[in-house]
Amino acid sequence: MPVNIAVLAKQVIDPEMPMAAFRIDDTAKSVVPPASIPPVVNGFDENAVEAALQIKDSQEATVTVLSMGTSFALDVMKKPLSMGADELVLLQDDSFENTIDSFFTAQVLTSAINKLGGFDLIICGRQASDWDNAQVPLGVAEILGLSTVALGKKVDVAGDKVSVERVTPDGYEVVEAPLPALVTVSNELGQPRYPTLRGIMAATRKRPTIWSASDLDMDAGQLEPRVTLRNLFIPVREQQCEMVEGEDGADAGRQLALRLREAKII
Amino acid sequence: MPEATGVLVVGDSIDGELSPTSRELLAVGRRAADDLGEELAISLLGDTLDVPSQQAIAFGADKVYAVTHPLLAEAQVELSLAALDSLCREAAPRVVLIGRTNEGRELAPRLAFRLGVGLAQDCLEVSIDQETRTLLANRPVYGGNAVAVVSLAYTPQIAAVRPKVYEPADPDSSRQGEVVSFPVELDDSQARSRVVNTVQEEAEGIKLEDARIVVSGGRGLGGPEPFQDLEELAKLLGGAVGASRAAVDSGWVPASYQVGLTGKTITPDLYITVAISGASQHLAGCSGSKVIVAINKDAEANIFKEARYGVIGDWEQVVPAFAEAVRELTQD
Ligand SMILES: Cc1cc2nc3c(=O)[nH]c(=O)nc-3n(C[C@H](O)[C@H](O)[C@H](O)COP(=O)(O)OP(=O)(O)OC[C@H]3O[C@@H](n4cnc5c(N)ncnc54)[C@H](O)[C@@H]3O)c2cc1C
Ligand SMILES: Nc1ncnc2c1ncn2[C@@H]1O[C@H](COP(=O)(O)O)[C@@H](O)[C@H]1O
Repeated sequence: MPVNIAVLAKQVIDPEMPMAAFRIDDTAKSVVPPASIPPVVNGFDENAVEAALQIKDSQEATVTVLSMGTSFALDVMKKPLSMGADELVLLQDDSFENTIDSFFTAQVLTSAINKLGGFDLIICGRQASDWDNAQVPLGVAEILGLSTVALGKKVDVAGDKVSVERVTPDGYEVVEAPLPALVTVSNELGQPRYPTLRGIMAATRKRPTIWSASDLDMDAGQLEPRVTLRNLFIPVREQQCEMVEGEDGADAGRQLALRLREAKII
Repeated sequence: MPEATGVLVVGDSIDGELSPTSRELLAVGRRAADDLGEELAISLLGDTLDVPSQQAIAFGADKVYAVTHPLLAEAQVELSLAALDSLCREAAPRVVLIGRTNEGRELAPRLAFRLGVGLAQDCLEVSIDQETRTLLANRPVYGGNAVAVVSLAYTPQIAAVRPKVYEPADPDSSRQGEVVSFPVELDDSQARSRVVNTVQEEAEGIKLEDARIVVSGGRGLGGPEPFQDLEELAKLLGGAVGASRAAVDSGWVPASYQVGLTGKTITPDLYITVAISGASQHLAGCSGSKVIVAINKDAEANIFKEARYGVIGDWEQVVPAFAEAVRELTQD
């Protein structure tokens, strides 16, 4: 039996965009997507795709990518397919807004996972680089009652178990959990593979499955917002930087040491 | 469920002592409880809890829920979760505060989902809105580029508070409080995930998160070797070495060196950055430093907006001369 893997991947505003391009719409309390910078697949979710493909490299597996949003840049969201994933399922509806409330997102994703018949292993990014919530995967796991390992840097499946090298503050630990399981991964997993030319060709031909809210079976009570955004603002930094100069770099280094000594900092 | 009241801190102990994070949470929790005119409780999980219970009262708790069970001797997230789930249902707190530590970042969302309520993640500031008697939380979003103020619609209102943002109160050993034992039923089978091996990769010497002085290197160092110079400089200063994610992703130093949003949060007295541009995700982990020094060859680098002292220059010239001068100055 092939291992049936799902990857949850979110489309986000490019977090590497220049800070000057970062703008907030005060009335909508939302971040304005910069006009000339295309969105990306959340970085940690590309790590999640890579983790799934590494499993697929060593054993029979299918990789289905699921994403929820109001609208998608199809060429962006097809990247996991061109890396080697098998299927793409887009949950697209005007009501699937990108809010700070993870509860709703977890609920929608869970309904879609149930509709697809469930998975042996669900791999997610550790957090989405917009709201930095780090909640949706744990929510999906709780709703589905899955065993969970967060912050993996290596993921292996052997028989009915997943074995994960989990990043800790001073190294890592190896954690085993029974399938079905949910694992989140981080950048410590390493660079995601580049799409191959063949992968890109295959991805162009593939059509994603697109489901709207009415295709999913959701319990209205579970869709009530849990978190309300009261305000959103760009923090002001007030620090005045004192530039330490010198005749050349080395002298500036010496002056810096003197300055810190004078200020009793060292 | 009974009417929700009071503030519950999810506490923990380390080596038989109340953890630093729990002490910080008690300071925040005390203020919130006073603003509400309600009780401040703390939960402690383990097998022997006498010492941390008394410490918790000295640091501000009115009530300690001592959740004892032999299986809780070791912190296993699913068992802690099961215990906290039943405590929250029974004690019905209005507000729950959890430290966003390595364990807390998994525990808090899972507890919130299990209880069917919302969570304010990674909070830098929590307060009580007197009018509505609800929690208001400030939290960084978009990699620290923005701050969101959120409130929560259901009780308990759960907030995961970033460690080291709040100072603990001074302990007062004459404070009175009650210790209530809260028995839970747990069994081994609830712990589905199992740690089979632990590997330590951290550098020797002072721990990055405890160091008073930290020297961090970024992509501009160009390779792993210059980190040896930074190690030496850190040693001279009695500090530790950190890094940006770019340096970690390049494989120059282990992940445990990473400072930032998805790395360590540090609050040293002095933070020296070398060839780091100062992306918001990096600053998210170090903006609590008392003094930031930036050495960068690009005058426009964002790090100079956050730094107290800056040198515009090539680290290859600046750092050796700086280290030499530090050696001279600190020897006499
Ligand atoms: C979701 C997410 C989470 C993230 N989490 C973190 C995190 O926890 N920590 C983190 O650090 N980053 C994090 N990042 C990455 C972050 O956005 C930046 O990409 C990263 O911090 C850049 O590292 P850097 O400053 O070393 O490299 P760069 O931005 O490339 O900067 C290198 C700097 O070195 C300077 N330089 C080059 N040569 C020299 C020289 N010879 N002498 C002096 N200066 C020189 C350059 O002027 C430049 O300013 C995260 C990103 C995302 C999207
Ligand atoms: N809208 C979404 N669509 C698909 N996956 C998502 C979505 N939101 C969150 N996720 C998954 O959950 C992870 C953590 O997201 P978050 O909890 O929002 O920080 C992401 O890295 C994704 O793997």
